[in-house]
Amino acid sequence: MIAAILGGEIQLYHELIRPYERSVYVMALSYMKNEADAEDVAQEAFVRAFRKLPSFRAESKFSTWLMSIAINEARTRLRRQALVRMEPLDQLPDEDKSISPALLRDWREIPSEALEREEVRDLIQRAVDQLPDIYREVFLLRDVEELTTSETAETLNISIPSVKVRLHRARVMLQKQLAPQLKTVNRTSKRRWVPWS
Amino acid sequence: MVIDCKHVWNYISEYLDGTLSDETRDTVQKHLDHCEICSAILDSTRNVIILTADDRVFELPVGFSERLHARIDLEIMAP
Repeated sequence: MIAAILGGEIQLYHELIRPYERSVYVMALSYMKNEADAEDVAQEAFVRAFRKLPSFRAESKFSTWLMSIAINEARTRLRRQALVRMEPLDQLPDEDKSISPALLRDWREIPSEALEREEVRDLIQRAVDQLPDIYREVFLLRDVEELTTSETAETLNISIPSVKVRLHRARVMLQKQLAPQLKTVNRTSKRRWVPWS
Repeated sequence: MVIDCKHVWNYISEYLDGTLSDETRDTVQKHLDHCEICSAILDSTRNVIILTADDRVFELPVGFSERLHARIDLEIMAP
């Protein structure tokens, strides 16, 4: 399809990007922290990707390439706005400093139906939001967008061991933050369904 | 080889991804078989990942797609 677009069938670009709209938006949102800026960054990334399409090399996956453009767009925007102090991009996490998970004695699975509740979605969004940038971006690419470890490394221009370490830390941080809260929410939810008698 | 809980925690992520060596996986598995705390940590981590990855957590704003394609038409498709 990319060859056809480059050959002049530019209307096909709409179809090419349709599967990636959500991924690009979610990644932009994770940097920008508000919907309006995230939408603008996402739109800009798609426009920029079209203009850069002649430089796309088939050895990369289109999704990986597109995500790199979106991440760069978000970072550039943040630098321009000077909203945050950027962390050094190549900074390796401190691998010696271990992160402990939340200790639980039992875990009752929380079904995905719980996500119908806004408070549960908010809890999860906040927890992801609070992750340090270098962990959040890896977590979103690997676990939410389901990129492989090597695709994630390529997208972020970091090494494969860094992806693994950051993913591990992100997952443990999320478990630590969310598991106790979700457990409580789940318990409250069950009580609500007990009929008055 | 016997490992303690803290060592098991270091392997949670790779255990879930199935990327541990056979030997390490067996060691971790043996620990999990008798440690209810580590089993609960593993189950809750897996559960948290599944919930977070669900499409309902990060939804596109209403009208996002329409506005995106309208902008593309405006900037790219316009003669």
